[in-house]
Amino acid sequence: MTSAIDTQGLTKRYGRRSALSGCTLSIPAGKVVGLVGPNGAGKTTLLHLAVGLLEPSAGRIEVLGHRPAESSEQLARVGFVAQNTPLYASMTVGDHLRLGGWVNPTWDEDLALERVEHLGLDVSQKAGTLSGGQRAQLALTLAVAKRPELLVLDEPVASLDPLARREFLQSLMSIVAEHGVSVILSSHLVSDLERVCDYLVVLVASRVLVAGEIEELLASHHRLTGPRRDGLHLPPDWEIIEETVTERQCALLVRHESPVHDPAWTVEQLDLEDLVLAYMGREATDGHKQGRTLVGAHS
Amino acid sequence: MIELHLEARSGLPPYQQIVRQVQRALRLGVLQVGDQLPTVKEVVERLAINPNTVLKAYKELEHSGLVSPRPGIGTFVTATLSDGSFASHGPLRQDLLRWLAKARRAGLDDESIEALFQDSFRASADQGVA
Amino acid sequence: MIRLAWRQFRTEAVVAVVGLVVVAIVLGATGPHLVHVFRTAPSQLTNTYRTLQGAAAVLVLVAPAILGIFFGAPLVARELETGTFRLAWTQSVSRRSWVVVKFALVGLVTSGVAGGLSLMVAWWANPINIVNADRFSPANFGMFGVVPFGYALFAFALGATAGLVFGRTLPAMATTLVGYVAARLAVTYWIRPHFEAPLRLSLPLSKLSGLGFTRSPSGPVTIGAIPPNIPNAWALSASIVDDAGHAPTARYLARVCPTLAGGPGSGAVGVTRSGPAPGGGIQTCIARIATKFHAVVTYQPASRYWPFQAYETALFAVVALALAALSVWWVRHRLV
Repeated sequence: MTSAIDTQGLTKRYGRRSALSGCTLSIPAGKVVGLVGPNGAGKTTLLHLAVGLLEPSAGRIEVLGHRPAESSEQLARVGFVAQNTPLYASMTVGDHLRLGGWVNPTWDEDLALERVEHLGLDVSQKAGTLSGGQRAQLALTLAVAKRPELLVLDEPVASLDPLARREFLQSLMSIVAEHGVSVILSSHLVSDLERVCDYLVVLVASRVLVAGEIEELLASHHRLTGPRRDGLHLPPDWEIIEETVTERQCALLVRHESPVHDPAWTVEQLDLEDLVLAYMGREATDGHKQGRTLVGAHS
Repeated sequence: MIELHLEARSGLPPYQQIVRQVQRALRLGVLQVGDQLPTVKEVVERLAINPNTVLKAYKELEHSGLVSPRPGIGTFVTATLSDGSFASHGPLRQDLLRWLAKARRAGLDDESIEALFQDSFRASADQGVA
Repeated sequence: MIRLAWRQFRTEAVVAVVGLVVVAIVLGATGPHLVHVFRTAPSQLTNTYRTLQGAAAVLVLVAPAILGIFFGAPLVARELETGTFRLAWTQSVSRRSWVVVKFALVGLVTSGVAGGLSLMVAWWANPINIVNADRFSPANFGMFGVVPFGYALFAFALGATAGLVFGRTLPAMATTLVGYVAARLAVTYWIRPHFEAPLRLSLPLSKLSGLGFTRSPSGPVTIGAIPPNIPNAWALSASIVDDAGHAPTARYLARVCPTLAGGPGSGAVGVTRSGPAPGGGIQTCIARIATKFHAVVTYQPASRYWPFQAYETALFAVVALALAALSVWWVRHRLV
């Protein structure tokens, strides 16, 4: 099966500044992928590279097995909702649906109309007067009605109020359930993505820190608390993500392959947010010393 | 049909929360053999969660022989958990209520009661395993 | 894609067409009277509808710039400013097609509007142009014929390309205005005269429209020639030379025209026009000069009017196409 997104050393530079450095990823199709990272980490750059709005300075990217935007067929296979959901302000909702049909041979008009009706959007309303939530829903409708295999959404809920955010994610998930489309969406908040994603990519300061199935990530990362012991011998497959040592106690956040047997350790589950924050914290403190890119094992 | 929901801070993964809710409904007799579970799309649309989460939960329920999918129609309950044990719920519940009243009279607040219950529950579970 | 481009441009196109219709009504209502004056009292033509003549001339002159500014500059810049290019470029149409269709459609409409306007004014002003017989002069050449089509194409392409390169509408509008005016002036005065080598005409001083004398602050006097009126030709220069090709020296002028050299101050000291003589002293001195000197006039003859129209239209159209090609390249290779 072809990957949804496959990159090798993908790099985008603007002059001397790197927006994305040596990004190597292999995201299987059929996933809902969360792309998390602070603002300015390179999320938008990565997504723009995936939809062909940008071209790499170095490295390689393939989306659904092809170079992004290499042909109109390839453009048709990927639906994109850009940040702040740009729409033609002076055109009505109905105009947008019509233009979607004009520029997409794979346009599913029934789907578009059904969604607009379901959302309660007025087709004669100008897009410029829609609320943030309605804009996002209309933009999503445009992206979905071209019946893509992959949906790419850049910070789709960042500017929405909690209710609109929930409604948007409900829409998105019902689309995934109905059409089996792969999705990659970015956010600077893990909490936005926790429930909807099954694959996570953490991007900080233009680098991929960790990527993998959320379930595997949660199964392989734990917080361990134990008495302080100097000259600690840790199993070779442990990687310490975060370490807090007090006089008596030692708390570690580790990534490990084998189960933890040592009874001296109290093992605690992590939630996704803890995990992501630990990686971000590590990048902030000693990212330059350690191996910075740690890419999850993928099937 | 039952309504599923998610608790943000339960500590359990969402798919396990769904499994437990269905199991509880089966135990309490809310769901009977032949009843239909909400479709994946319905759950997803209500809870804004990943469809794979729901699929995984339903698959686990299917593995334990509680439900079975009918392609193109939905997922239906094929077994129930309420059978024999359900009859004994009444008296046990009475006992528990009496014990709770006793604990309150002894001056325990809700948190202390819960802590005591959890602690005893775990101790008894450990004994059961050992 | 054509339908999308048209839908986005519809409002502007309608405004332009309404404008054309208004102009057509005004010109249609007043045109017959001009023809009547032409048949009955042609000398009165220049004084008939003076304001309207001026307004029509200004309109034709500025139309390409206005269209370049309001149709060209925002065409892509607006999409870049509002982010809608990200919506447009991720539909199932390559961005190459997107930019080509937008440029072609709006460019052709723009050219048609400016050209159509010029044709209407040309029809209306035909009696005046016949009487004036001055269509080749810089003031009139750019208003009629086919050049307005080329100017509009160029102004549009300049605006659209500037908008694309700057990514902002306002700087693109300013660039269009400055660039268009500069290009028109440069072509009119530096390039158009050289489309073909001008013809030369030698003639006695009396055949000139007039002579001008100028004195510099330090005293010496110079003489200048005002070209004769050749119908529908473009006179480029006129000079006064002797048989050896030399202009009269200041010393010579001082000798033959002592009245001019002796007076106080500086500047133009006398101009003669064909017709009644302004002063006896100057006439005498001109007569003396004419015995030794004659005038040489360079000009583009009336027969070259249409070839020059074609050259200039082609020049602007080719530059417009080059700008469009730059835009396509820019969209595909710089905005990535």
